[in-house]
Amino acid sequence: MIEGYVHGIEWTIKELFVYPNEFIYWSIQIVMYPYMTGLVAGAFVLSSLYHVFGQEDLKDLAKFALVFSFALLIVAPMPLMFHLQQPQRGVQVFFTPHFTSAISAFGIVFFTYSIIVATEIWFVYRKYFVEQALALKGKEGLGNTVMRLIYTTLTLGSYDISEEALHKDEKAIKILAGIGIPVACFLHGYAGFIFGSVKANALWMTPLMPVIFIMSAIVSGIALCMLTYIVIMEWKKFRIKTSKRPWEVTAEEVAGVELNLMRKTSKYLLGFMVAAITLELLDIVFRGYTAVKSWDILRTIIYGKDFFNIFILQYTFGNLLPFLMLLMPRPTVRRLVVALSLVLFGVFMMRWNVVIGGQAFSLTFAGYMHYKLPFWPHNIETYKEGFWGAFTIGVMPFVLFWGINKIVPSLKYK
Amino acid sequence: MRQTRRDFLKTITRGAVVSALPLGAFKFLSPKEARAAVESTNVRWGFLVDTYKCVGCGFCVKACKLENEVPYDAPVTRTWVERYVILKNGKMLADTPMGGRDGFTEQKVQEQDVPPKDIAKAFFVPKLCNQCENPPCVQVCPVGATYQRADGVVLVDRSWCIGCGYCIMACPYGVRFFHPVYRTAEKCTFCIHRLVKGMNTACVDACPFGARKVGNLKDPNDPVTKVVLNERVAVLKPEYGTKPQAFYIGLDENVR
Repeated sequence: MIEGYVHGIEWTIKELFVYPNEFIYWSIQIVMYPYMTGLVAGAFVLSSLYHVFGQEDLKDLAKFALVFSFALLIVAPMPLMFHLQQPQRGVQVFFTPHFTSAISAFGIVFFTYSIIVATEIWFVYRKYFVEQALALKGKEGLGNTVMRLIYTTLTLGSYDISEEALHKDEKAIKILAGIGIPVACFLHGYAGFIFGSVKANALWMTPLMPVIFIMSAIVSGIALCMLTYIVIMEWKKFRIKTSKRPWEVTAEEVAGVELNLMRKTSKYLLGFMVAAITLELLDIVFRGYTAVKSWDILRTIIYGKDFFNIFILQYTFGNLLPFLMLLMPRPTVRRLVVALSLVLFGVFMMRWNVVIGGQAFSLTFAGYMHYKLPFWPHNIETYKEGFWGAFTIGVMPFVLFWGINKIVPSLKYK
Repeated sequence: MRQTRRDFLKTITRGAVVSALPLGAFKFLSPKEARAAVESTNVRWGFLVDTYKCVGCGFCVKACKLENEVPYDAPVTRTWVERYVILKNGKMLADTPMGGRDGFTEQKVQEQDVPPKDIAKAFFVPKLCNQCENPPCVQVCPVGATYQRADGVVLVDRSWCIGCGYCIMACPYGVRFFHPVYRTAEKCTFCIHRLVKGMNTACVDACPFGARKVGNLKDPNDPVTKVVLNERVAVLKPEYGTKPQAFYIGLDENVR
């Protein structure tokens, strides 16, 4: 009977020569962490494409992407809290940051970014808040009172919705979205830096890591926004078709808008996918060509133990297949849904192959560690760092979005 | 007096530059430099391992676990002993069951039966924290819970560690782990609580063959310093730029 709890012992299987203290310390939640921040950054960049670069075709998606990125943002630090051995001390990262550590930048970057996104949402919805606050004035009922209080608070006392004021709002939105892009990239680039700067880890250490992370982040963010948008629109179509009361739009109109928008957005998606895959392949080719000391063991991981995960699941099913599906002419909703799900899966596998793959070999370069994801939890650790912990994190943004969307409706389309 | 915005900005900029100039006269010290300036720095703890003398009895591991209250039956340990068996065909086999705590009584290496006639050479290598001059674990701690003392020893503040594991990932030597009871990052401290009292580390005292020695590298008359200066010693994984301060006599190229 071991006194206490040896972290990692339940999901690490060692093979050949491995140091006694080595275990898979960074498990599924550290896969989820860059995955979630990546989605945040990607969703924000998508919304900024409209606000900053005036890509009119993205107008309908931009609002949704912005609000959705806020929901994702709230979830982004949660995997870290699940992962920490002393979660109650997590706030110390904000209060006593040790600036030589890449993680210490988290507090600053995260809050800067949160403020930018929240402010931008406020400017986008200011007119709406004012209208709601005024419309709800004098209405009876507890629900109306609560909503009126919320909207009155959200106006922050600014009721000026003249042409001139709204014009100023738009200017502010543009500036905020403009500042937001580099900050979003930084938020995620630094997540890549956390890994890329670990010199002890032969697989992680490359200056390309932050750039690879940013590119794949944008890919996953755009894909998730598109997918969620499709699901919501399909639901809307379903409701229009099945309900008896008349709607202001027909199901065909919704379908037309939906498909047209998706066709345009998938072009951006393809562009970022090309960038992400190019960088990832460059990394592998470069490692093989330079073949430094660690290459012997890395090769056995990349082409041996993780071959299926890397080349079949990540590159074939996660990249190549959806790439071809998106390139094919005359897209259908069904094909888009499959392709987008595969893209999301591909980016998840990329995170998995980096985080878990980076711990698949020992620091001895003469042994391996195999990760066995705990499924049914039998204690708090196997829940937090198991399948269901990751699942909890995965559904959280959608739950939050549902709630936030009640106050700032982001799915009004024209 | 009326001022345009341009004038105002000009004045402000000029004022800022002029007032900042005298600041250039000051030197900003890093925490390390500041500490070096006030604390006595005539001690730098270092370690010397003579691999020729190690027989793999595991007494050091036992002693360390008991002294430092690392759960005895947990596979994690602050110090450990590795066994290397190099075959005549050049193949390297190595293991460290339970960190070598119970000695190496098993003939099998890596679950393989190795006939003695096939063995070219075999030896033991004790491992512990290198108390690096440039410790990556200290660099990556997001809250400053792990720090380096003026005498070079790297410690962890158990009351401040958030348990993120970044330092564990950053150590190229696999020295760190989570303490099973305290659930914070844990590592070899060179038994600093003993050193400051003028005693030896627990592992040094437990070693029956004198394979382990601890000493002050700043004292030229210290036996450890003398060996490090006068004999041929090596350090583990120098390519990481960590500047390890545990020196090894007879380090083989097969050692990981």
